Amino acid sequence: MPGVPDHLVAFVTALRSHGVAVGPGETVDAAQVITALDLLQREQLREGLAAALLRRGGERAVFDSLFELYFPVATAATGAAEPAPLEEPGGDGVSELRERLAGLLADDADGPQLRALAGQVLDVLGGTTGAGGAARWSAYQALDRLAPQTLLAQLFAGMGSRPAEGVTGELARREVRERIAGFRRLVEAEAVRRTAEQRGRDAVARSVVPRPPEQRDFLSARSDELAALRRTVSPLARRLATRLAARRRRAHRGRLDLRRTLRASMSTGGVPVRPAYRRPRPSRPELVVLCDVSGSVAGFSHFTLLLVAALAEQFSKVRVFAFVDRIDEVTELFAPGAEQSGAMARVFGEADVVHSGHSDYGGVFADFLTGHAEVVGPKTSLLVLGDGRTNHRHPESGALASIVAAARHAHWLNPEPRTDWGTGDSAALTYGRVLPMHECRTAAQLADVVAGLLPV
Amino acid sequence: MSADASPGSHHHSQAAGLFGSVDDVTEKLASVGYLASTAVATTVFLADRLGKPLLVEGPAGVGKTELARAVAQATGSELVRLQCYEGIDEARALYEWNHAKQLLRITAGGAGNPATAGGAGNPATAGGAGNPATAGGAGNPATAGGAGNPATASHREQGWSDIKDDIFSEEFLLPRPLLSAIRRTEPTVLLVDETDKADVEVEGLLLEVLGDYQVTVPELGTVTASRRPFALLTSNATRELSEALKRRCLFLHLDFPDADLERRIVLRRVPELPEAVAETLVRAVRALRAIQLRKAPSVAETIDWARTLLALGLGTLDDDAVRATLGVVLKHQSDVRLAMRELQLD
Repeated sequence: MPGVPDHLVAFVTALRSHGVAVGPGETVDAAQVITALDLLQREQLREGLAAALLRRGGERAVFDSLFELYFPVATAATGAAEPAPLEEPGGDGVSELRERLAGLLADDADGPQLRALAGQVLDVLGGTTGAGGAARWSAYQALDRLAPQTLLAQLFAGMGSRPAEGVTGELARREVRERIAGFRRLVEAEAVRRTAEQRGRDAVARSVVPRPPEQRDFLSARSDELAALRRTVSPLARRLATRLAARRRRAHRGRLDLRRTLRASMSTGGVPVRPAYRRPRPSRPELVVLCDVSGSVAGFSHFTLLLVAALAEQFSKVRVFAFVDRIDEVTELFAPGAEQSGAMARVFGEADVVHSGHSDYGGVFADFLTGHAEVVGPKTSLLVLGDGRTNHRHPESGALASIVAAARHAHWLNPEPRTDWGTGDSAALTYGRVLPMHECRTAAQLADVVAGLLPV
Repeated sequence: MSADASPGSHHHSQAAGLFGSVDDVTEKLASVGYLASTAVATTVFLADRLGKPLLVEGPAGVGKTELARAVAQATGSELVRLQCYEGIDEARALYEWNHAKQLLRITAGGAGNPATAGGAGNPATAGGAGNPATAGGAGNPATAGGAGNPATASHREQGWSDIKDDIFSEEFLLPRPLLSAIRRTEPTVLLVDETDKADVEVEGLLLEVLGDYQVTVPELGTVTASRRPFALLTSNATRELSEALKRRCLFLHLDFPDADLERRIVLRRVPELPEAVAETLVRAVRALRAIQLRKAPSVAETIDWARTLLALGLGTLDDDAVRATLGVVLKHQSDVRLAMRELQLD
């Protein structure tokens, strides 16, 4: 197998370029794995390589996409016979393909048949001509024309014998939705595979494979990516709390109280038998969060608020204020035990945060100073979340400075890249002179910043 | 790298033996009631074949500890378990000297020595007896003179070095899980449970033990494993384990099983459950996991749910049954409310 080592190294290099830390030791392990396994068993090879190369669960999505590229299913081995050609050559084939898909989905058909159909859908609906007249495959175009999501109603009609009310109906609905989503993924994977055959897989590996959720930019993430990200909040909070506990233990350890040690040594004739340690007073500050919830930064704000809620026990009290161009308290929506999934929608429904619909940081800070100034005191840590884009209104950094002056600590978390601060209508640099501002573009960055800010 | 590879292949012949192939793993685990996915079977096979520890990470209740138990049972190995906790140390994980027994030996040795007994001047014996009369005797200059006899002194010197050698021997060693797993000559599965709960210093210890499968006891010398145990570490990922430890291990992220596997697991654990109910149950649990809950239901909770349905004599999982028993699977009130709404039960 002369090509195998090179192939493995190319795969490992691709993994590294996607932020998966793979060392030479792991590569050697992977080589041993390859010798120990039956290479014809593709799933075993996939799991074996994952066991040798990956070190955390979150890297699996990247690994799987790259595995598909570097160890593709042999086309001949997909198992299914070539699907029947379309019957009406004149038509665009959409309705016939939809019929077939509906049939397969209703029967809950397994992999090979669906994969064959995915290929056919791309053949018929997904062909485009790229630069230089070469054939290209577009999953987006194919799925747009096929519109599989509109099959939902038809599929339910097909299952008509069972009542569509209550749990049973809801379960069926969810499953059909999941099957359709699965088919979309098959079409997308097939398009990537064909493109890789044409343009070389290294080129495709760079552009197509997703980044792990915690490294995705808050501002450009899609809603499903944000949802995936929100699912990582509680493990993240637990990790932060553990890290904090370890830091506290270290901080407690070994801080000798010399005065008390010497005093205690008097009773043993001046020999310090029992050293006395300083017991740090537990500091659990109050946390006040001022949070921009306008559309542009909502994903970032939502994630951060969930994280704050999950870390609530580190603080003696947490109060959350949301604003767009008005500010209102929304603490109870993010209290521990409150339902978290619809919290952001309820902010807009139940709190008075929107007047005209454009963020007005200056006005909001001034309002906060007149309406809620008593909230911020000498025990308070203040956290401001937002991009600092004022829509060209007055930034009122003086009002913010008065709020900051009353607080014990104050920090601003900004989801925009540092290079964009101060461009256009951003007052980030102005505010940055009032209080320390941290760049939090991704969940990973946010976790680091928050870990540094948590009280010891 | 070649230095790393050679001990690996050297142990090849020793370690290989539990399983012949990936399918063999699946079959053997199934025979003791553990239904393994491809991922589980493949990594267990590789850990055995390559002689590397297996680090299993994943949410609570997916069967990490259970896997170690099943491997032990399927291969007829003894399961040696080290449960980690905050503050666990070498004395709890590796070995400890049995101080109480050592003290007894010293005292018994002192009393048994005729020279010392005759002299009655051995301060240790006198102190230990605490008898005022003896103490007075020890204070007696005449007796003290007797103890000063050069012959008796060398005798005593000799006795002490004998005792010293004796009390640091096998007999006074309390092996803890890591050492006993390494010393065993029978097939062994070493389970290090909840590794993430232990402090970082213990990771260093694990690194040493799992890297070379040997332990050095200063008084006794180095103990090398004559037969490598199958080592399995579990972690709930409450903190990141050190890179060095992860590098030594094969990594398995154990997640919830797919629908078919979970249905078979439920049916095996609760055989009285009608198959149709099991199917609906698993579909419902999967729907619940897709909702953004604070605590997603684990396999253990699916099984609990199945048992609850049986105990309540509910033959089907209809709306009312779900409403009545949702609290078994969901541990937070807010989760229950959310699930009710999402599943159209309001």
